[in-house]
Formats: sequence, C-alpha cells, structure tokens
Amino acid sequence: MHKVPTFSKGGVHPDDKKVFSRFQAIERLPMPGELVVALSQHLGSPAKALKAKGDTVARGEKIGEASGFISADIHSPVSGVVKEIRKVTLANSVICDAVVITPDEDQGEEKVVAVDWTKLSEAELVAQIKEMGIVGMGGATFPAHVKLTIPRDRKIDAFVVNGVECEPYLTSDYRVMMEKADEALQGALICAKATRAPRIIVGVELNKKDAIAHLKAVVEEKGYPIEVVGLKVKYPQGDEKQLLKATLNREIPSGKLPLDVGAVVSNIGTCLAIYEAVTFSKPLYERVVSVTGECIANPKNVLAPVGTKVSDLLAFCGGFSSDPERLVSGGPMMGFAFFDQETPLTKGFSGLLALPPKKKVKRTACINCGRCVAACPIGLMPAQLYRLVDHGEYEGAMNNSLMDCKECGSCAFVCPAHLPLVHMFKTGKKLGRKK
Amino acid sequence: MRNEPTLTVSSSPHLHEKSSTSQIMYHVCLALVPALLWGVYVFGFRALVVVALSIAVAMVVEYLLGRLYEESTLWDGSALLTGLLVGLNMSPSVPLFIPALASAFAIFVAKWTFGGLGANWANPALAGRVFVFFSFTTPMSSFVAPRTLASAMPDAIASATPLGLVKTAVAGGAMGLDANTLLAQNGYPATSLAQSLAASTGFNAYTIDTFLGNVAGCIGEVSALALIIGALYLMIRKILTWHIPVTYMASLAILSWIFGGLPSGLGSFGGLFFPSLFSGGLMLGALFMATDYVTSPISRKGQVIFGVGCGFFTFLFRYFGGMPEAVSVSILLMNVITPTIDRYMKPRKFGDTRAVRKAAKEAKV
Repeated sequence: MHKVPTFSKGGVHPDDKKVFSRFQAIERLPMPGELVVALSQHLGSPAKALKAKGDTVARGEKIGEASGFISADIHSPVSGVVKEIRKVTLANSVICDAVVITPDEDQGEEKVVAVDWTKLSEAELVAQIKEMGIVGMGGATFPAHVKLTIPRDRKIDAFVVNGVECEPYLTSDYRVMMEKADEALQGALICAKATRAPRIIVGVELNKKDAIAHLKAVVEEKGYPIEVVGLKVKYPQGDEKQLLKATLNREIPSGKLPLDVGAVVSNIGTCLAIYEAVTFSKPLYERVVSVTGECIANPKNVLAPVGTKVSDLLAFCGGFSSDPERLVSGGPMMGFAFFDQETPLTKGFSGLLALPPKKKVKRTACINCGRCVAACPIGLMPAQLYRLVDHGEYEGAMNNSLMDCKECGSCAFVCPAHLPLVHMFKTGKKLGRKK
Repeated sequence: MRNEPTLTVSSSPHLHEKSSTSQIMYHVCLALVPALLWGVYVFGFRALVVVALSIAVAMVVEYLLGRLYEESTLWDGSALLTGLLVGLNMSPSVPLFIPALASAFAIFVAKWTFGGLGANWANPALAGRVFVFFSFTTPMSSFVAPRTLASAMPDAIASATPLGLVKTAVAGGAMGLDANTLLAQNGYPATSLAQSLAASTGFNAYTIDTFLGNVAGCIGEVSALALIIGALYLMIRKILTWHIPVTYMASLAILSWIFGGLPSGLGSFGGLFFPSLFSGGLMLGALFMATDYVTSPISRKGQVIFGVGCGFFTFLFRYFGGMPEAVSVSILLMNVITPTIDRYMKPRKFGDTRAVRKAAKEAKV
C-alpha cells in the first residue's frame, strides 16, 4: 500500500475544529469607518511613513516605505484621508506607528490592467513582488521578495506550496484553495519562475480532501506542471521544516534555510497575493481572515482590508455567542492572545479566534514523563530546557539548542503537568540573546 | 451581542490535550487493580488490610508534609500510587507496622527530602520496600501459601518463594539440575490446572503457575497475568511505552537463558527463559516500578539503556548474588545513573543527518 507522506519526528494531533468556518465562502467586509494601517506588518525593520496627517491617499498607493533589506512596503487599502499617525499595539505585542485613514464615501471602480506575467523576467517578477509589499501570509510575515531572490550560484530544484494549514480552526487557506485555486496555482508558477525551480509541489493535509481534489482538477484542466500531494494530518506540518521533510524527505539543518536544501516554501495565500500583485499590480492591502471559534455567533471567512479593527470583524460576524476567555490572532497553537478589540488586522493575521474558557487544571511539577520529548518535531528536550531557563541558566539552554525551538507548542500541548513551556522558551530566548 | 468579555492573555499554545499529572497517576493505580484483586483473592482479607494501611499512611504523611510546606499535593494521585505500590510489595503476612514504616519512609525520605513530586531520584515505593526489607528481613521474606495451593503447600515451603527455594538449593550444592527440577525435588506443589495445561502445552507446570499467580510471594507480584493486563491498559492509554519493560525483560530472559545455568553447573545456554520473567518481583518491577516517569530516563534511547541495565543487574544479583531483592536493587541502581543517561542520551536533532555530520567532520579536518 502507498504510504501517506508526513514528517517523521514528533508532532501532535489536536482536534482540527475547522468545521465552524470551513463551509463559509469568502465574504467581503463592508468598508469600515476607519482603518489603522500598521507600519510593521512584516518580519524585519518597520516601514517609514510616507504620508502625514491631512494627506489624501488613493487605493493601492504606497504609504509606508521599506527601510532595510528585510522590510516591506505598506500600501493604502482605500482611498481616503489620513486622520493621524499614531502608535498602535499589534496582536503580537509589537508597538509601532500606524497610519489611520478615514475612507472616502465613494471608493470608485477598481481599475484592472492585466499583465501577462509569462513575459516578465525573473528580476522583473521579484521587483514587482517587492513593489507590491508582499509578505508571507501564513503568520511569519517574511518579506516575499527576499525569499524569492535566489543568488545566481544557488540552485533550487523544488518550489513547495504550503497548503497544509495545520493549525486548528483556521480555514482561510482552505477557502482560497476552494475558491481561487487557479489564481493561487498561477502564483505558484510565478514563484517557480522567479526562483528557477523546475518542480512545483503543493502539500495539503488530508483533512481537506475536497481541496486536494479541486486543486488536482484545476492542474489537470490547465495542464500546469504542478504536483498536488495529500499529507497525513499532523501538527506542525505547516512549518517549512516539517513540510519539506514530508514532501521532499529533506531535513533543513539547524540554523539553515530551505534554500540550503534546494527548496523554497511559500504559503498558498501568499501565492494568490503574488499572482494578484504581478498580474493586476494589486498590492497586498487585503487578506482573507477566518473569524471563528466556539464563541463567534456566525463564523465566517472574511476578505478584509489591512487595518480593519478586530471590533469591525467581530461585528460583521454577529459578535460573540458566549463570553470568550481569549481572543487570538492566528491559530490556537502559535497565535497571539490579545485583549484590545481596537487591534488592527495585519498582513499575517490569518485567523481571529474567540475561544471559550478552558477547564482549569492545576499545574504540577514536571514528572519527567517524556511526552514533550516525544512530541518535539525538532528533537529537543523541552523538559530539560524548561528547567534550565527556570533556573536562569540561559547559556546552558542555548547550548542545548534553545534557539532551534520554533515555539510550535507541541510540548506544551501534551504536557500533563501543564507547564508553560513555550512561554519559558520565549523568555529564555530573549534573556539569553541579551547576554 | 456581548462585546466586552474579560479576556485572558497568555503565551501560546491556547489549546491543551486532555491530560494531567493526576489523571496519569490514577490510571496507573487503576492498572494495578487486577494485581491487587488477585492478591486479595489468593491471600485473603489481610492482604487488603496491608495495602489499605500502606495507602493510608502514605497519604497522611503526604498531607502533613504538604501542610508544612504549604503545598497541596494530596490529590495529585502520586501519594496514592506510592502507597499502593508499597502495599503490593509486602508479604501478606507481614506485621502491620512494617508497611506503615515503609510508606512513611517512601513519602518522607525518598520523596519529600529531595523536593517532592518530580524531584526524587529513587522510586519512593522501592526505596520504602528496600528500607524495610533490609531492616526486617525475616518477616519481609516469610510468605503464606496462596488459596489455590493451600492444602498442597506445607508452611515450611510456603514461607519461601520459588526463587528463594532454588537459590537455597543451589547454594547447598545442588548441581546439574534446572530450577523446575529443583522445585519438584523440594516438593513444591503445582495446581491441577497448571498440571493439565502443562500436559497439553508443553510448558512446565511451575512456569504456568507463576504466570497465573499460584505461588507464594508479595501481594501484588505473584500474578504475571494480572500485571500484564494492567500494563496493556496503560499502553492503550499511551501512559506506558514498551521501551523499558521489553528491554528489561528481554535482557534478563536472554542472559538467564545463556548464563543462568552456570551457577548450578548446567553450562552455557542451560538456563531457563520463561521462569525468570514470571518469578519474583520481575513483572511488577519491570512494568510498574522501573517505568516510573520521574526516576527513569526521559528519551527513548535512554529508556532502552535503562531497561537493559536493569535486566543485567537483575540477572547478576539473581544468579550470582547471595541476597534476594534482585529487582528492587537493580532498579534503584539504575535510578542512580538516570541523570547521567539523560545527559548523554539525547534524541537526534532534526536536520542532524548523517550527511550533515559527515560534512561537519570533514570541515574540521
């Protein structure tokens, strides 16, 4: 029998809970009354504001300029007037400047000028992707043009599209695959061209069989040179390390990039954004976000402009059906809990979850059960690292590969003692780096 | 529509599997129930009194120490489990102060003086048992006949376990005979069920009796079958993995088979394979004592080394040592080196493939 591919080391099986929003087609959010467009929506240095209070902006106009090699441009999602520039706290606790825009009543028609991307060179493609401010939309928000710039002396033999969406609850990538498969796949073709990759693989977990079938049908109909691979459901398969192990059986060594094993990985939502950026010159100023969880009255997949406040998203989905214990941006395993409903949507904001109260379980001492060790996809010893950080032995923790921890949360998910393992590792990394 | 709920902010992950320390402890206790029931059935009501007293003392001591240190750990299940294991490790005829003392020692000295749950280096129940065994050796090594053999077993024989009987015989110069023959010579009885099963399966009747639990011994250790049922339950619950029990038993059985015949002059490959597994405290030790999370290695690799080490020492103490207690002492010895095993036996790190290691080596040269 054919073995279903997955990664081999560690991993956990959380309940996937995608049922809340899985069958909700993408809906466009009515224009909010105010947008708070943060200038740090990506990994790396924040963008510099190009507009001041009182300036008018057009839809798609650049309002923030990349300020370094790893940085990305920010564009206005609407035409309107800049109300002010103020500090804002994002869901991941980053504090940065934001351009607050009051949208015009009349947004006008969206102008569409289709460009045939096949006529563009690698460099032109990457330049356009940079110009449109594309970043990884799976949550890490790494600037796409940096990832897609492959040095001349390096060879990529596979471009892997991440359609795994291994985080529970989230369905935004799934809806993209169901509704915009052709566009997203063309985005993958663009990326493959930019990276000179001869092979394209789309990895999708088997809890989305309909998406796999749909992608396969589109690939067949259009004759794209793309392989669609079904992967066994296991968290954290959506991490690029685990995805490359699952699809290509390659292991990225500690501290290396996918490039070092001859591959580039990109999220399927990012591929769609890249397609739209290259073909329609549409900057990344809106995204699909799953507003879901037990406490949301009408869970939906919403196409919302960047800068939309969480309160607007919640109102669009009928508010809370019951009091949530926490609001989370992203997935429940790696996402950030936040408390301010004025928090704005950013490019990497894949889901807005309202989670019900958890059963309170008493924290006990570590009993050395080894479940964290078995669950760690990187092969670390979380219990030992926890002890080291807890005792202030940051150097010892570093020597035991603390920096290789991806904070996927598998260890804390299974810990019967309910220790805050990931919390401790985040702290340990910060304090260890300082020394 | 409610809009302003009180929100909690904490680090990810925001989900947790349904598991907890106390749940694990209670599942292990539940897994020991078949062995307890069998012990009470064959040794009578007094066995239940011994176990109940062990548990009660363990929990009282845990409660008092918790009061002292202002921690409430009474209901995490660990004291219940320690007490239960101490009780199952007692002879049914033991004077009642002994299990009480063993439980108190286990909780107070072996567990709390090292920092309580998770911080102890020795399995508390085992430490308690070894403490009272070497303090009160005679009452700890006198046993009573199981109900199933009561009429056939004179007191003189019942007071010793099959293992003890064989050891005495070999020490007395009985050469060239295997353990089963020695038992037969000494008039050790077998149940009629075992005899008829032996006739049809080819296994020795004593092997079958030790497997089923028709022998003299401690309350919880006599029936290998009951213990295996419990262990399988834990394996289904994913609380127990095969690593320690299987490597422990396999190394002991193989060593016993190859070298076990040497002390009694049977030469290499003259030992017996199965009796070594079912006799004495091996099953209880390998399935429930050596596998104690706190005192065994955390990585799978380390657990395999731990299991093999336990098997090796048990073999050594059983066949070449002069004292009983092979299983307890072996596990305690391996408990001592568990931190060292943990230090060196780490799982392979992701990306640390053979090719990468080779390249790193070449880079050094």
